[in-house]
Amino acid sequence: MIRVLRPGLLMTVQDQGRHGHQHIGLCPGGAMDPVSLALANALVGNAPEEAALELTVLGPELEFERDTLVALSGAEFEANLPLNRPVLLEAGTQLAIGRAGRGARGYLAVAGGIAVEPVLGSRSTYLPGGFGGFQGRTLRRGDVLPLSGDAESLSRERFHRLKNQNGRTVRWSAPPQTVPEHEPVVLHVLDGQHFASFDVGSQRAFLDAVWRIAPESNRMGFRLAGPSLARAADDEILSGPTCLGTVQVPANGMPIALMADHQTTGGYPKIAEIASADVPRLAQLGPGGTLHFARCSLETAVELRRHIRERLETALRGIAWEYGN
Amino acid sequence: MEFSPTLDLEVNAFVQRLAAAVHARRPPELRDVVPALGGLALHFQPDFAGDLVQSALGLVERALKNGLPAAAKLGREVEVPVCYEAEFAPDMEEVARRLKLAPEEVARRHAAGEYRVLMIGFAPGHAYMGGLHPSLALSRRAAPRPEVPAGSVAIANEQTVVYPYAISGGWNVIGRTPLVVFDALRDPPSLFGPGDRVRFRGIDRAEFRKLLA
Repeated sequence: MIRVLRPGLLMTVQDQGRHGHQHIGLCPGGAMDPVSLALANALVGNAPEEAALELTVLGPELEFERDTLVALSGAEFEANLPLNRPVLLEAGTQLAIGRAGRGARGYLAVAGGIAVEPVLGSRSTYLPGGFGGFQGRTLRRGDVLPLSGDAESLSRERFHRLKNQNGRTVRWSAPPQTVPEHEPVVLHVLDGQHFASFDVGSQRAFLDAVWRIAPESNRMGFRLAGPSLARAADDEILSGPTCLGTVQVPANGMPIALMADHQTTGGYPKIAEIASADVPRLAQLGPGGTLHFARCSLETAVELRRHIRERLETALRGIAWEYGN
Repeated sequence: MEFSPTLDLEVNAFVQRLAAAVHARRPPELRDVVPALGGLALHFQPDFAGDLVQSALGLVERALKNGLPAAAKLGREVEVPVCYEAEFAPDMEEVARRLKLAPEEVARRHAAGEYRVLMIGFAPGHAYMGGLHPSLALSRRAAPRPEVPAGSVAIANEQTVVYPYAISGGWNVIGRTPLVVFDALRDPPSLFGPGDRVRFRGIDRAEFRKLLA
């Protein structure tokens, strides 16, 4: 069990998402940065799809009832444990996680995963619908998170298998995958369905501007502050399907990038689609974070995806080797 | 994959038949098949290594070659009890005034219609239904309400919707159903599915309370 002493900002249980329900209007949801979630899971010997805690900008204070193998990946949080390493916490440990330096979202994985009941095939929290995860909501002080029944023996047994131990952790750390080295972050985009209907000035401004993540952003979408965009034609747009990474422009001219808990359809014009490889890096930007867009082809987007996949797999193989697999 | 940039009920029925056929024989790399008003979204696993455009076209071609299910065979028959009384219909008075009809007549015409779910989107279980009588067609509210109660039945243009949750909305609310539109723990979770045929049945406040309990 894990007891929440201080919840930090927007801490939820997330996994790799709830797939196959978009035809009834339910988005896949899940971790905003699924790459860092997969890394944190691998560090404690879990499969990539186990549920972990997603932290946002300001971390929590947690108490562990028993010996627990944990790993924190993603954003560079100040914490009393080293990042991107498996750490065997002793029973009674109070883990204190502070602010994120670089990056905005962290994943705290535990051996065996967070054992909340799956809903529609996933343990991820869907806040707009109030279900999944821990009672369908963000975590609060006093909440007690269930771990798998064998979490303690699993934690000890897995830690003993690690080759290069150093006290309660190891001598190595896994390479972070998605935390931006510098800003503005470059995000590759395909032309959206309605790109050509924007006036030429707006097309150019979209690709030239440095955009800033506005404070009114959340797990559904990031609002982008910058030049106001307008369409050349004002014809009504038929509401149509949307996707993770779709950039739509409502009447106020301020683009919204759709994130994990996005609506499955929308009636706003779509100016761009962010390459899926770059969405986890976007998820690592907090309010005030800056980015710009670079137009690319579908082939390039597919290539970028293959590249991040290979990079993650290399890291996962390295971790598996440390576990003697 | 877009088939019509404007709402055409025949194209929409075709899209739903196509979606059903593609979904029935979907390969493991295809996660979601989403019929929308004028087109269809195919959501692939992001790490699928094949050619996305060719795969999508291949799936559609094969579905067309094998024949699509008849529109009448898609979806279910759903009956939705609705209380149109003022307590549950904050926009009824204004709607009646704009349409120059009595509120009772608006309710009667709404409940007399036969509707089909054209698309689900905006929120889980939120169904856009076509088939609203043209005499009830009117634009959305100028200012959306910050919160519309769950189960609110609303109209705009030639469509009707039922709000699954208490959310902000700009449609004209003319009644409320006591039914739960979306419940993740129920099987099936959504009261409505794409292509469902829907009828509304007017009920009084007493029946509303009874069905709610």
